Amino acid sequence: MAFEYAPAPESRAVVDIAPSYGLFIDGEFREASDGKVFKTVSPSTEEVLSEVAQASAEDVDAAVKAARKAFEKWSALPGSERAKYLFRIARIIQERSRELAVLETLDNGKPIKETRDADLPLVAAHFFYYAGWADKLGHAGFGPDPKPLGVAGQVIPWNFPLLMLAWKIAPALAAGNTVVLKPAETTPLSALFFADICRQAGLPKGVVNILTGDGTTGAALVGHDGIDKVAFTGSTAVGKQIARTLAGTDKRLTLELGGKGANIVFDDAPIDQAVEGIVNGIFFNQGQVCCAGSRLLVQESIQDELLDALKRRMSTLRVGDPLDKNTDVGAINSAEQLARITALADSGEAEGAERWAPACELPGAGYWFAPTLFTNVTQAHRIAREEIFGPVLSVLSFRTPAEAVAKANNSQYGLSAGIWTEKGSRMLAVADKLRAGVVWANTFNKFDPTSPFGGFKESGFGREGGRHGLEAYLDV
Amino acid sequence: MADVTASDGALRRFLHGLPGVDPVGLEARAAALGTRSIKTTAKAYAIDLAISMIDLTTLEGADTPGKVRALCAKALNPDPTDRGTPRTAAICVYPDMVATAAGALAGSDVKVASVATAFPAGRAALPVKLADTRDAVAAGADEIDMVIDRGAFLAGRYLSVFEEIKAVKEACRREDGSAARLKVIFETGELSTYDNIRRASWLGMLAGADFIKTSTGKVAVNATPANTLLMLEAVRDFRATTGVQVGVKPAGGIRTTKDAMKFLVLVNETVGEEWLTNEWFRFGASSLLNDLLMQRQKLSTGRYSGPDYVTVD
Repeated sequence: MAFEYAPAPESRAVVDIAPSYGLFIDGEFREASDGKVFKTVSPSTEEVLSEVAQASAEDVDAAVKAARKAFEKWSALPGSERAKYLFRIARIIQERSRELAVLETLDNGKPIKETRDADLPLVAAHFFYYAGWADKLGHAGFGPDPKPLGVAGQVIPWNFPLLMLAWKIAPALAAGNTVVLKPAETTPLSALFFADICRQAGLPKGVVNILTGDGTTGAALVGHDGIDKVAFTGSTAVGKQIARTLAGTDKRLTLELGGKGANIVFDDAPIDQAVEGIVNGIFFNQGQVCCAGSRLLVQESIQDELLDALKRRMSTLRVGDPLDKNTDVGAINSAEQLARITALADSGEAEGAERWAPACELPGAGYWFAPTLFTNVTQAHRIAREEIFGPVLSVLSFRTPAEAVAKANNSQYGLSAGIWTEKGSRMLAVADKLRAGVVWANTFNKFDPTSPFGGFKESGFGREGGRHGLEAYLDV
Repeated sequence: MADVTASDGALRRFLHGLPGVDPVGLEARAAALGTRSIKTTAKAYAIDLAISMIDLTTLEGADTPGKVRALCAKALNPDPTDRGTPRTAAICVYPDMVATAAGALAGSDVKVASVATAFPAGRAALPVKLADTRDAVAAGADEIDMVIDRGAFLAGRYLSVFEEIKAVKEACRREDGSAARLKVIFETGELSTYDNIRRASWLGMLAGADFIKTSTGKVAVNATPANTLLMLEAVRDFRATTGVQVGVKPAGGIRTTKDAMKFLVLVNETVGEEWLTNEWFRFGASSLLNDLLMQRQKLSTGRYSGPDYVTVD
């Protein structure tokens, strides 16, 4: 008999999802002005979780006005007072972390293991971190008394719904701004629960406003005259659109866009840990990570050995019910994203790359894609150039460090990269030459609120996290 | 792979040419596997498997024949209230207790394991270590748990360690041509780096170890999920290279069912089913058994009984 793990589902009972949610404007939940709603489903089952309001241009206007009104008092508060609210929010997030983890897993499809051990701890850590800055802004290196910008319009993606919210809201509030935030259309729930946390923390009305909706809501928000700053995380295509909208205005803009991260494995790498890093780099969150290590560059001399080890490891990945505590790979976030992944993977095959996936049974309902790797990939293939945003790894090889650097940098993107070697001098020399906002050495996909994050080239501009993350929300 | 042990230089170059170990990554992987949730039927299976993998150990200066006999009775019949409970794999004792244990276990499939080679420090001359081993084998030991000369290893005298293991392996032979299985203890807590543990693993396997074992249980740091994971990777890679399967035995510090589950998950997800038997994986433990028995009772009765419902030996 084999050692089969019995199902170990996390209980859904810890979270109470209402049948419908309104928009959070000026400290109150209200229906959309035109009464429009849309449904949000659980990607692992296609079950409808709730109905949320679709914010209209009128609602955007109301939210921006509420934020503007709140800005006066909020920005005038001593930093230490703003910090109290942020610390309170951070603690409530910790207290409600199991509820929020289950909610996020339901709405997003990612494994509970990740929401419990990665998303939620990082969300709380981000609020704690920026709470600490609120009364020390004069020491952040932006002058003795840097001022906030005003009202920030923030649009976030569906891959880390609550974490991206934290990345946006925590520094904005610490610096004295007020915000109007639009969560992604497919993952609105955790932001609405966050609105409830703001009330629980006694945050003054209008400081945080949450507008659910689709792309039209987002466009109305970033195009609104009453905001001073736009922060967007999402696709490069939408990022470009936003940049065009904002051209010629005095609104500040930061963009965190796509990526095609290169994970470079040298022949002197710690092989077992490199395999873990590759797996974590591309299968964490089903590969729906802008900084995913979606291109594996492996030195030719160890290619066969490494790929054998990688395939063996991929065969142990447990794909299935995201609420099961033993699940490693969950559901793709939406039918639309699944179609995109499928199309790009098919193009890989059509262009001559060799496709491999471990034998794994995918659930019938919901949106699923097996962990997949492609060998015989060249720089010319679409799967080596375009962001797939799914659990698909493209394997390329190289012979010399110079070739590795050239291939890694040969991308329209420049968000992340990884280096695997036990040789410190090689690590430093290569890291120095990579055009990527974050370079991990002998690890991948490690995040910390103290560390700035952001891109080069078409991966965007501006930094989030760390002292640098304050700059985007200060008038400097 | 005979040529890699042809000289001290060749052996050193081979061992130092093994892939390095990134400690942060290794420990993160071990910790991640530690979050597996083993429930209901999986737990019942794992508890029985863990019991069957225990080398029930007593290695005290104060050991008496009576205590060893009591332990043997426990190994044969771990839970008097449930005869369906699996037996432990072996009893592990000092060489002078081997005859007592062999007598008490005669006719059963529970093995007698004996530490040897001046356990636990290994600080004795080679002839003494070999005599210690032969004595245990002659008294009826089925398995020998030897310690390596950590001083020689840390000084870089790899060939000397290699030759010593080979000599002990030779001393495990019985007159009828059969041999006691040899477990090689590295005392990982004294090797201090993961790179050293990987090198020691390969060194031991090249010299003919049937099992590689983490520790004596007599130092501050004994078996950990990380060092056991590393040794499992080593036996996996060794078999892929040579075709020879070697067992792994974490020892010392594994006291609870929860701990044991974590180690079994490491085995399951690193080397798989082929190692999930007491022929290829053992726990060196003493107090672990009672915790497993209490958890086993809880699974079957739904109630947690407490320490008065298992035997104290």
